[in-house]
Amino acid sequence: MNRVRDSIVPVLTILVGLVVVWYVAAILLNAPFQRDLDRRAGETPGTVEFIGKTLSQPKPTMPAPHQVAQDFFKNTFLRKITSNRSLVYHAWVTLSSTLLGFLFGTALGILIAVGIVHVLALDRSLMPWIIASQTVPILAVAPMVIVVLAAIGITGLIPKSLISTYLSFFPVAVGMVKGLRSPELMHLDLMHTYNASQSQVFWKLRVPASVPFLFASMKVAVAASLVGAIVAELPTGAVAGIGSKLLQASYYSQTIEMWSALVAGSIVAAILVTAVGIVGRLVDRSMGARPA
Amino acid sequence: MTVAEAKAQAGTSVVDAKNLGLTFRTNDGPVQALTDVNLTIGKGEFVSFIGPSGCGKTTFLRVIADLEQPTEGSISINGMTPQQAREKRAYGYVFQAAALFPWRNIAKNVALPLEIMGVTAAEQKQRIARVMDLVNLTGFENKYPWQLSGGMQQRASIARALAFDADLLLMDEPFGALDEIVRDHLNKQLLELWARTDKTICFVTHSIPEAVYLSTRIVVMSPRPGRVTDVIESTLPKERPLDIRETPEFLAIAHRVREGLHAGHSYED
Repeated sequence: MNRVRDSIVPVLTILVGLVVVWYVAAILLNAPFQRDLDRRAGETPGTVEFIGKTLSQPKPTMPAPHQVAQDFFKNTFLRKITSNRSLVYHAWVTLSSTLLGFLFGTALGILIAVGIVHVLALDRSLMPWIIASQTVPILAVAPMVIVVLAAIGITGLIPKSLISTYLSFFPVAVGMVKGLRSPELMHLDLMHTYNASQSQVFWKLRVPASVPFLFASMKVAVAASLVGAIVAELPTGAVAGIGSKLLQASYYSQTIEMWSALVAGSIVAAILVTAVGIVGRLVDRSMGARPA
Repeated sequence: MTVAEAKAQAGTSVVDAKNLGLTFRTNDGPVQALTDVNLTIGKGEFVSFIGPSGCGKTTFLRVIADLEQPTEGSISINGMTPQQAREKRAYGYVFQAAALFPWRNIAKNVALPLEIMGVTAAEQKQRIARVMDLVNLTGFENKYPWQLSGGMQQRASIARALAFDADLLLMDEPFGALDEIVRDHLNKQLLELWARTDKTICFVTHSIPEAVYLSTRIVVMSPRPGRVTDVIESTLPKERPLDIRETPEFLAIAHRVREGLHAGHSYED
């Protein structure tokens, strides 16, 4: 019961608060257009009827939560998942490139961190470039990457996932540099007294010590990967994926569909971050950590 | 005369320091951590280094262990340079904290030096069992460090230092962080262990009773600059029950250690 009280209740409280704010915002934002409609139709509805109308427009400025929920439910559970109107289908397309990019990004991040920790020249030279890489607006870079790769015959999943890689290697590299440097001086001295080789120090001390840092940064990286995958779908004429769904809906002012695609994206993000967290905790447990 | 003293006099020196000095370069100018240390430690001796913080006792131990390089004089370990001795794994080092790896259970922690030195799995198992018995930790092999008390953790770290059978044990205030009851208990166990293994032990402490109770020789040191002010031979027998600490002989030695600390101005701020 403690778990319910400690974690679920606070989260639900915030959620209820958000829904209330959302409804108020929906009413306020949709009101001018509704007033316009009513004036042209010569109607003068009462307050309650007016509010009801603001919350049931077909293409509202701000869709109400129940509209989004209905659309989300319909497109998630009531359609075949192979249909290109199914959110599950689009989420899967985005998820696959997210995961591929995340794997590349994590591997690249770890590689860079190992280089930085072991090679003084890389330590001095690489970090400013890594930081600079993240200041470039990804929305501007993404189409160039995809066009250039298409020109040399690489299309499909790989170019999209490279955008995810570009965003996700950064937190892993930074976290792992910190993690690989986290062993205490005493532990390093201890290895020195055993005359341990550099690779023994790396595998027996630096790597296990860096594991908590790795999972903390992988949580950030997996969310960044998803953002990368969605952004990569926006400017490139992708026909499937949460990003392309967002774009198509915005072309046709299907605001409700836009929002339910957004919700689908957040749910995928939540699942990914939770999954990394669970794997992290399992690894932690298997490494003898004190149960929290 | 004990066996250890006899061997020491026979000239089998384990540590031999001549005019040893070490100056650290810091941003506030040079700091003389050690000056003109002349000391010979014979095989089988139990030598304590006592003095206030900043007297260089830990630095001297770290010089023996090749964790610091002396800037003057010379030092040899078993007739070799400290680096050669370290490469031959001539000593086990016990730090102020247990310094166990939290992701390894106790048996795996003890196995760490054995893994690094390439000992076979079967041999590892046998040695772990032996040293775990030496420090009375049999049965705790599969526990993780956080599941053990501070005293037990420190015993595990001693087991780790014993696992690869170095003849020299360097201990840097190993019981400094423990309460007095646990410390008494571990002092007794350490003496028993020393008697059973015939190792040479260098032991840094800032507790006078601990130094007198454990040692065959007590090196009194003093700060600014770090130096040896007195070397006291213990007249206590090798067999030492805890209540030996109330005998006049014990108190006389403790008094001399205190005098030595006074002479080195160790009590001034």
